[in-house]
Amino acid sequence: MSYVIMQDVGFLILLIGLGIPLGIYMYKVMLGKKVFLTRVLRPVENVTYKMMGVNPNEEMGAKKYALCALAFSLFGFLFLFLLHLCQGFLPLNPEGLPGTSADLAFNTASSFVTNTNWQAYSGESTLSYLTQMLGLGVQNFVSAATGIAVLFALIKGFTRRQCRTIGNFWADLIRSTVYILLPLSLVVAVLLVSQGVVQTFSSYHDIVTLEGAAGSVPVGPAASQIAIKQLGTNGGGFFGVNSAFPLENPTAFSNLLECWSIFILPVGLCFSFGKAVKDSKQGRAIFLAMLILFVVALIGVTAAELFTAPQFDGAVVSGNMEGKEVRNGVGASSLWAAVTTGASNGSVNSMHDSFTPLGGMIPMFLMQLGEVVFGGVGCGLYGMLAFALLAVFIAGLMVGRTPEYLGKKIEAFDMKMVCLVILAPPLLMLIGPMLTVMNPQTPEWLTNSGPHGFSEILYTYASTGGNNGSAFAGFNANTPFTNLLSGLVMLIVRFVPMVAIIFLGGNLAKKKIVPVSDGTLSTSNGMFVGLLIAVVILVGALSFLPALALGPIAEFFTTLG
Amino acid sequence: MEKTQVPAKKEKMRVLKPALICVLVLTLLCGVIYPLLVTGISQLFFHDQANGSIITVTLKKDLTVTTTDEETGEESTQVYPAGETVAIGSAYMGQEFTSPQYLIGRPTPGAPTNLSPESEEHAQMVQERIDFFHELDPSNTADIPMDLLTVSGSGVDPQISPEAAEYQVSRLARERGMSEEDVRKMIQKHTSGRFLWIFGEPAVNVLLVNLELDGYIA
Repeated sequence: MSYVIMQDVGFLILLIGLGIPLGIYMYKVMLGKKVFLTRVLRPVENVTYKMMGVNPNEEMGAKKYALCALAFSLFGFLFLFLLHLCQGFLPLNPEGLPGTSADLAFNTASSFVTNTNWQAYSGESTLSYLTQMLGLGVQNFVSAATGIAVLFALIKGFTRRQCRTIGNFWADLIRSTVYILLPLSLVVAVLLVSQGVVQTFSSYHDIVTLEGAAGSVPVGPAASQIAIKQLGTNGGGFFGVNSAFPLENPTAFSNLLECWSIFILPVGLCFSFGKAVKDSKQGRAIFLAMLILFVVALIGVTAAELFTAPQFDGAVVSGNMEGKEVRNGVGASSLWAAVTTGASNGSVNSMHDSFTPLGGMIPMFLMQLGEVVFGGVGCGLYGMLAFALLAVFIAGLMVGRTPEYLGKKIEAFDMKMVCLVILAPPLLMLIGPMLTVMNPQTPEWLTNSGPHGFSEILYTYASTGGNNGSAFAGFNANTPFTNLLSGLVMLIVRFVPMVAIIFLGGNLAKKKIVPVSDGTLSTSNGMFVGLLIAVVILVGALSFLPALALGPIAEFFTTLG
Repeated sequence: MEKTQVPAKKEKMRVLKPALICVLVLTLLCGVIYPLLVTGISQLFFHDQANGSIITVTLKKDLTVTTTDEETGEESTQVYPAGETVAIGSAYMGQEFTSPQYLIGRPTPGAPTNLSPESEEHAQMVQERIDFFHELDPSNTADIPMDLLTVSGSGVDPQISPEAAEYQVSRLARERGMSEEDVRKMIQKHTSGRFLWIFGEPAVNVLLVNLELDGYIA
């Protein structure tokens, strides 16, 4: 118990202590300032621009910026889709795996382009090394980089005045890939290998066990992909059971490193934001709101897993160990569950389907809040900034003043964009389960029955509708129905809010900056933090309480009787 | 009309062409150069870990290996004679032990159950596991640690808790004709602690303990 608390506190210290300097570094990179890696990486950056034939200093308006982001994602999608279908004929396929079905290829391409990494397949038995490396690994980088780019387009909207442009998408994309994601991934990947995570192109090793059974040890170029799957809040495991698999996450240190990697960029970006708007208190306020939501959720999951597990005669009284690894225990598994669903990461080191009813509900609710509790790289923060605009808007209505945020008046067009960002996810997170429940085939896809079976469905769409990617894995998702429906959900919740944010940034950039007066609502004090938290919870609770009552809450009450 | 159409088309190409090239260049950078670089460094400095931490031993006695054909269900056996060198597993992948003379790990079906811990199926599974341990060692009436009764997230958890190992010490000592102290020492040797005193949980590597019990590693 005391170890669990110390572990969580230690984790937060590591996160904040390293998040602040990294945030400042990212701010410098994204604004084109000199950093210590500039001398090494500037040539790489410049060669890339030259090959693409673009000028990184060319300024773009919102429309052009959005078109570039969409075109880039479209080509990424097509490339990935074809790679899946053709992997059987391509090299680096030592296990001789055939091409996937078209609906699975569509689902997986949507999943990785949208930074979701929902996996309807099991990596070691479905995908060749080439597909994992050239397809999934690459999208892990660029979908995260796209998130950072769009975040900075919005930030430029706040900082520029009476300006028609919000930067250059290509420059934002390449800089975040080359200066932030690649160097960090390289360091994390090598550290992971030192712990026993595999990184090789050889085929699986045949073994015999001490008691005389034959088996095989799956290997592959895993560490390089795992590093970026965590750092880019992607979450798609190289192996089917993700970071629960010992060869993806073998030791206490690898577990800490991977868990830290999930949160470090979203945390750092809060501080980059403060730096970029030249008022670090603004970044701190957003950070605090996210941190408070996270800590409350973490305490909830941990307590549920420690104290509400069923007990058996003849067994030691203990927390819930079903679906958890011994080296992680209840503490590090609950911590990871809160981190991976708070951030839209979705990798798991334990099976969320086997959590206690309340312990499984909290990760689900973290996703249903819209992935803004740190959230995905870039997209978590821009989602939270949309909630911040909603909060000042509500406060403005209460006192009868035009709402302002960071000196920009928030007007009708801005609120329309904010509504798209905030309402698209809950809408799809509910439509998905609705259609699934109406499908007569659905019961065959469930592992559990009753309320827990409904939870499996609800979790599926909370995950895909939040671009998270974790699963109540008892749900058999590799069916044409679910592949197509969840694929569409992932595409819509990624690109509708993203385009709305770019246009929001474009519109904000055109505005003047209103000087601060006595009547201006402070957006950096404790009251605003409280208001922001209340708005996030309110939207989430109003949307999802009825559905949660049918799933995890109902299951919890049946265990009491 | 015509005048506006030409620049519009040109404008489109100014988005599409860089987008396509960008996908290709970043694929080269992140999908080829980066993983090759990581593989190179790993194979050079961490060769053993990067390849699955495979343990090879020279057999001390004949080992009969039974394989079941997945499609036909037919069983076939192959005998590895004493003195042959075989790969006996990965240090990080659990394998099934059922014999009383081995330290027994968590159930290893190779995949997680994904069962709700509140479900009937789960209660049944735990009960079967409790019965298994009681049958294995009727003299041991202590409460059994939960990790021995539940399936892990990977289904191949290589470790058990120190309490779960302690629960089996008396049986191992009896079966192997060793003192309990010696068994404890062996277990202690293959127990990994918390990282930086607070992160993770202490855990006993089952395969390594059993290899030492069989005298394959010292």
